[in-house]
Amino acid sequence: MNIVEQIVSGDIRATARLLRDIDDEIPSARDILRELYPHTGNAFVIGFTGSPGVGKSALVDQLTTYYRKAGKTIGILAVDPTSPFTGGALLGDRIRMQRHFMDSGVFIRSLATRGHFGGLSKSTGDMVNVLDAAGKEVIIIETVGVGQDEVEIVNSAHTTVLVTVPGMGDDIQAIKAGTMEIGDIFVVNKADRDGSRKTARELMNLVELGAKKRNGDDWEPQILETEATTPKGIGRLYEVIEQHRNYLLTANAERWRQILQRRAKIHLVGTLKDQALRMLIERIEAHGDYLDEMVRKIVEKESDPYTIAQQIIDRELSWGRQTADGAAEPLAK
Amino acid sequence: MEKGRKIRILVAKPGLDGHDRGARVIARAFRDAGFEVIYTGCHQTPEQIVSTAIQEDVDLIGLSILSGAHTYSFPRIMELLKENNAEDISVIGGGIFPLEDIPKLKQIGIKELFEPGAKLKDITDWVNTNIKPRAGVVLQR
Repeated sequence: MNIVEQIVSGDIRATARLLRDIDDEIPSARDILRELYPHTGNAFVIGFTGSPGVGKSALVDQLTTYYRKAGKTIGILAVDPTSPFTGGALLGDRIRMQRHFMDSGVFIRSLATRGHFGGLSKSTGDMVNVLDAAGKEVIIIETVGVGQDEVEIVNSAHTTVLVTVPGMGDDIQAIKAGTMEIGDIFVVNKADRDGSRKTARELMNLVELGAKKRNGDDWEPQILETEATTPKGIGRLYEVIEQHRNYLLTANAERWRQILQRRAKIHLVGTLKDQALRMLIERIEAHGDYLDEMVRKIVEKESDPYTIAQQIIDRELSWGRQTADGAAEPLAK
Repeated sequence: MEKGRKIRILVAKPGLDGHDRGARVIARAFRDAGFEVIYTGCHQTPEQIVSTAIQEDVDLIGLSILSGAHTYSFPRIMELLKENNAEDISVIGGGIFPLEDIPKLKQIGIKELFEPGAKLKDITDWVNTNIKPRAGVVLQR
């Protein structure tokens, strides 16, 4: 069996290895992703996002138990931050998920952001496709602990759950733009703490004001209170996630189509950017210390970054004028 | 090392001992050395450790143990790695080991053992010298 057949048949080692190769940008991973793509499109993708320490990992752990009882296989991608100074990372989301370690129906992978902003790692989209092709029926993405503006999860997940806790700030926080807009479901976790009802009420106001704002989306976001460790309210969370899934699959097929299109478009543009940038950097590096020389010019004000960037693009990338073997050829329409 | 490869390490505490200060310190030192560290907390069975190592595709498992149960858990982990065709994952240990156990542990394939007093820098240097991430998977047609 080759690696593609191994992954499609659910081989854990093969799947784990490809995920690593994708993260490390090993070129052969792209060939494998290409062949896996026809096997994707069956998984339901749930995103969990929220500030650090609100209980995302614990909720993912509890929800996984519910989905396992329903007989679904699960893939979990849990993102933690990379150090901006050393490039190292301490990935600790698994600590809350220990009881699933020996369940062959649950595959957990810890990811580091590796300098990517937006709440996910750069390779999360590709990794969802791999777990999808490996037959995982439900894929749960847990973002890095986010602040106010990391909203990339909505482009990867079908259903987005925004997790908060009581006392995270006054009621103005709830009407700010950014992460507070992206939830299909809002969870107030640690609901045993003071102020849980108040936080839930503020979220209700937010939802009532803005529920119909998203183009073609008439899902009314739900607000739930949970205690992930006891666990209270998880059954309800499971039901509401399933309601949202049914809403997308049956009640609003147009919305489902929009989500698929948006995901595909963002994935394509991201892949294109990545490959173009990599090509460009490789070609620049082939010129030895060219880049250092350009940096010197900018620092000493002999030139500026705008001029030099344009020069590099003009020289290295002659879009549409050259094919790989050097023959002139216009871009096909 | 292939360009862009990052060393991934599982720091695990097998068995019943709950003294995880050492494991946390070493996890932090590995982070600061630029590695990606997966830390799973205390009370792990050998089965959980090996399953995690495979799912996370780590290059190295670092076992922290103070309870004396290394005579059971270390051989069991080596056995499970073999059963799962994952012998390419290296294993090291840190903690308290009776001197006479050290050669026995090395004989079953534990690459190195670090005892109390080992310097963090010596441990991270050891990793940089001895651990080489595997090559990329290639699609056979």
